[in-house]
Amino acid sequence: MSVDKATVAKIASLARIQLDDAACDAMVPELNQILAWVEQLGEVDVTGVEPMTAVIPNQLRLRDDVVDADPLTGGGVREKVLANAPAPEHGFFGVPKVIE
Amino acid sequence: MTNLTDLTVAAIRKGVAAGEFTAVEVAEAFNANVAAASELNAFIVATPEKAVEAAQAVDARRARGEKLGKMGGVPIGMKDLFATNGVQTTAASHMLEGFVPQYESTVSQKLWDAGAGMLGKLNLDQFAMGSSNETSYFGNVISPWRRNDGSNADLAPGGSSGGSSSAVAARLCPAATGTDTGGSIRQPAAFTGITGIKPTYGRCSRWGVVAFASSLDQAGPMARDVTDCAIMLEAMAGFDPKDSTSLDLPVPEWEAGLNADLKGKKVGIPREYRMDGMDPEIQKSWDDGIAWLKDAGAEVVDISLPHTKYALPAYYIIAPAEASSNLARYDGVRYGLRDLPEGAGLQDMYAATRADGFGPEVKRRIMIGTYVLSAGFYDAYYNQAQKVRALIARDFEKAWAQCDVILAPTCPSAAFGLGDKTSDPLSMYLNDVFAVPASLAGLPAMSVPAGVNSQGLPLGLQIIGKAFDEQGVLNAGLAIEQRAGFTARPEKWW
Repeated sequence: MSVDKATVAKIASLARIQLDDAACDAMVPELNQILAWVEQLGEVDVTGVEPMTAVIPNQLRLRDDVVDADPLTGGGVREKVLANAPAPEHGFFGVPKVIE
Repeated sequence: MTNLTDLTVAAIRKGVAAGEFTAVEVAEAFNANVAAASELNAFIVATPEKAVEAAQAVDARRARGEKLGKMGGVPIGMKDLFATNGVQTTAASHMLEGFVPQYESTVSQKLWDAGAGMLGKLNLDQFAMGSSNETSYFGNVISPWRRNDGSNADLAPGGSSGGSSSAVAARLCPAATGTDTGGSIRQPAAFTGITGIKPTYGRCSRWGVVAFASSLDQAGPMARDVTDCAIMLEAMAGFDPKDSTSLDLPVPEWEAGLNADLKGKKVGIPREYRMDGMDPEIQKSWDDGIAWLKDAGAEVVDISLPHTKYALPAYYIIAPAEASSNLARYDGVRYGLRDLPEGAGLQDMYAATRADGFGPEVKRRIMIGTYVLSAGFYDAYYNQAQKVRALIARDFEKAWAQCDVILAPTCPSAAFGLGDKTSDPLSMYLNDVFAVPASLAGLPAMSVPAGVNSQGLPLGLQIIGKAFDEQGVLNAGLAIEQRAGFTARPEKWW
């Protein structure tokens, strides 16, 4: 499979990356070279093989279903959460107007 | 007096404990080397005051007669992918320029608790995506090594842990943290004549490590020898409830368990790693390694890992897919860069922020990842790659019926020059051909220096082990180290 400029523009939009015309043009052959190369995976007979989901067999743990089960990742740290926000406002993340 | 910056982790720890020198003297000696090596661009931020502060605490503990910890008095470099409380953490990106974490990563906290101090935050490939440290927003890292032909061409320190490898090789720090997603500890270690180990997936917590591809990312130590790696890995590893894939297992005493006697051990030589057109010097170094392990008492057996050639293409679907998902968090809202063009709405802000904040290689991988996960292509690309990944892991499982560890080259070549591969992403990717299979299977793997090539550049040998058997990997590494007699070091030009 290969991509054309319209597809690259669509991917960029899905990925929320602004790409100008020239950048799209440049990306087409780059992506196609990589996609042509990964195409060889199609040769592999994967009949009856399940896709890998865990690289090392491991039981996923559940934390206790209570507030602040782990204080280190729990709440009550608003100042810290907002410390690196580009536009904090009144204790919230500020964003441009979403609804007219 | 001993040149303190020539000492290993083990020697520093011993000397500080014995009172031969103070931890502050060690920290100051390394701080001076860091300050004098700006030409290498190994550090994004130096933190000499942190190194001295930690050293003072160790000296005070010694004065009180207390235990000093596994890394007591050892200053280290911290890859700038680990969140450090109050110290800028960038992942070498414009996106996170100026980001100051309000918390400490588990791995770095464990190192400080073990008595280590921080010399600074080390440069890397942007978001750990690269094999030459040429994708950093903060400029290329230069390897301290040069070819012996007098050309003075700048060489790549490898990537993504290129700041770590360059700094350890240049004696700016005795050891450094690295992270390995598809070879990012082992390949830079090989390029710079140092030692580095990626442990079993899940040994070291990923909490507070800027995520690239979560099913592959593993932290590990980079240092000058195998013993130092064993010491530092003990300090870094351990169960962490804050990482859902952390292994709930006790940390073995790898340092105490070091033993280079390989009698009764079998070493597998994978025939698929003997690729057409292989560099004869790499082939020779591999043959040397086989002879050394035989000399250490091991039996050498031929093995087959039939899906080896598919590992790299599978990796370049899986890793970008996970990256595209992980890096979706950089949206200009909660932290990091925000680019808000005049009159722009939320969607425009996302797109402008991400266009400005990510470098070309990061964008390329996000784009590939987005494509292979998009409707209609998910099965053909992503699911197929995860199936091939299962087959690659199965190849290793079968091999363990015949051998205890696997020996292979770390890289297909010695260090290449900066700029040599930047115009062709694919040729850059191919540099990780020997490293990626162990990453996909989550296995422990290390690189140890094996000698120098005809240009005077270091070559590394890779040992891959069974899941959880870091000890077997370290022991085989030690057997090679003792026989390789690697003493070459870069001549100081910086």
